[in-house]
Amino acid sequence: MADRSPRPRPLPQPTPETQHFWDGTRAGELRLQRCADCNHVYFPPRPLCPACSSRRVEVFAASGRGKLASYVINHRPHPSFDGPYAIAVVELDEGPTMLSNIVDCEQTPEALLLDMPLEVTFEDNGDIAIPLFRPQERQR
Amino acid sequence: MTVAIVGAAETTELGKIPGMSQIQLHADAALNTLADAGLKAKDIDGVATAGESPVNIAHYLGIAPRWVDGSSVGGCSFMLHVRHAAAAIEAGYADTVLITHGESGRSGVGRGGGRGGAGSLLAQFEGPYGSMGPTTMFTIGVLRYMKRYGMTHEQLAMVAVVQREWAGMNPRASYRDPITVDDVLNSRMIAYPFHLLECCLVTDGGGALILTSAERAGDFPNKPVYILGSGESVETPMVSQMKDLTSSQAFRIAGGEAMRSAGIGHGDVDHMMVYDAFAHLPIWGLEDLGFCERGEAPAFIAEGNTRPGGALPLNTNGGGLSYMHSGMYGMYALQESVRQMRGTAPAQVPGANVSLCLGVGGMFAASGCIVMSNELP
Repeated sequence: MADRSPRPRPLPQPTPETQHFWDGTRAGELRLQRCADCNHVYFPPRPLCPACSSRRVEVFAASGRGKLASYVINHRPHPSFDGPYAIAVVELDEGPTMLSNIVDCEQTPEALLLDMPLEVTFEDNGDIAIPLFRPQERQR
Repeated sequence: MTVAIVGAAETTELGKIPGMSQIQLHADAALNTLADAGLKAKDIDGVATAGESPVNIAHYLGIAPRWVDGSSVGGCSFMLHVRHAAAAIEAGYADTVLITHGESGRSGVGRGGGRGGAGSLLAQFEGPYGSMGPTTMFTIGVLRYMKRYGMTHEQLAMVAVVQREWAGMNPRASYRDPITVDDVLNSRMIAYPFHLLECCLVTDGGGALILTSAERAGDFPNKPVYILGSGESVETPMVSQMKDLTSSQAFRIAGGEAMRSAGIGHGDVDHMMVYDAFAHLPIWGLEDLGFCERGEAPAFIAEGNTRPGGALPLNTNGGGLSYMHSGMYGMYALQESVRQMRGTAPAQVPGANVSLCLGVGGMFAASGCIVMSNELP
């Protein structure tokens, strides 16, 4: 885990339509949704397909792999972060993008290379586990 | 033209619905109404709602609208939406409008509409990651743009340098002293790759406009400025969900419709404003509206095409980067377009007859575009 001050990050409050996602992160799964009619895979969670308006959608466990699509390194102080930290858009192998932080990696332009392969890791915050990403090649 | 209601339905359940958040109540009602009309969301090109932002509703349902209305005046908002929608359909701004309502009034699930509330999509899926508003989110696609098209840090800095040249000609601009690329790159880092001088100001101010019919326009003391065309759209409340981090769908739809409805081509535009909350906005605007090919706007600006005396004068008040930025800067962009068309701008573009004014809302969440002229169409 990168440097973190003790103040917890702002935590989400799941809604009925997003509960499966947050149940998934606690179970160590990154869950996405797929339309049973048109096969479109999408995020964030909702019980309808944004591509074809179908209500026939299913939840599945994604690979948790993706790549670094873009990011900024925030230099202004945030109560939950120490020092400059990256806020990143991760493009998942299944197609959707999601915002996250990149951990186990220097928070510098030299270390954070666009398109670098990433894998999900989950940060335990009690009732909520937050999906974060780390470089894929890292040996655990 | 007579406008008709062709679909109508309520949520599947009514009463106590603890299993649905507020936005899903909107969506449930919308899907039932689409089914009632035999339509899919893709068939909708206009969205109106209150309580939630129309940005949230359009993105949630997968609609790329060319007309939106978020008028929110209480419980009668939907009557106003019907009226506005009828006018929009008569005007040709939209063909098929969806008006939605949803409210978790009893169960209070996911209330707070839009940005508020820990149950909103924004709070669930962007808030935990230390996002701090525009400086960290508006800017997040720029490294991708740099990699895809080879834009340099110096070229990005040039946007601020050129706009400061315009600001120097405007006595009311907040910052008027000339700056160099080095000044920009040596200013404080805010959110890499953005330095302080590539971020807009935070100032106080206001502005207002009055419109009337062209027939009456001659009865007033100042030179009339005619609306030639307009466009609008929304994409997503979450920057991370943009379909392409290097391009704004809302710019493309709003700008394209504005130019089409004005009946103008790129060569007809004498003066242009692009809401510049950050230095990359003019680049996105020039490319999304087709004034430059993909990846070519940074060089277009760096080579001087948008500076005083250039082929396409842009952000001639100095923009949000140097003139002023109160938070909702769009009004000031419109004011500068009007001044240019009246011929009264401090940095007047000689002989300018057509001005295009492109605004952004949220962080690429929305866009509105107005084409105006000092000549009757």
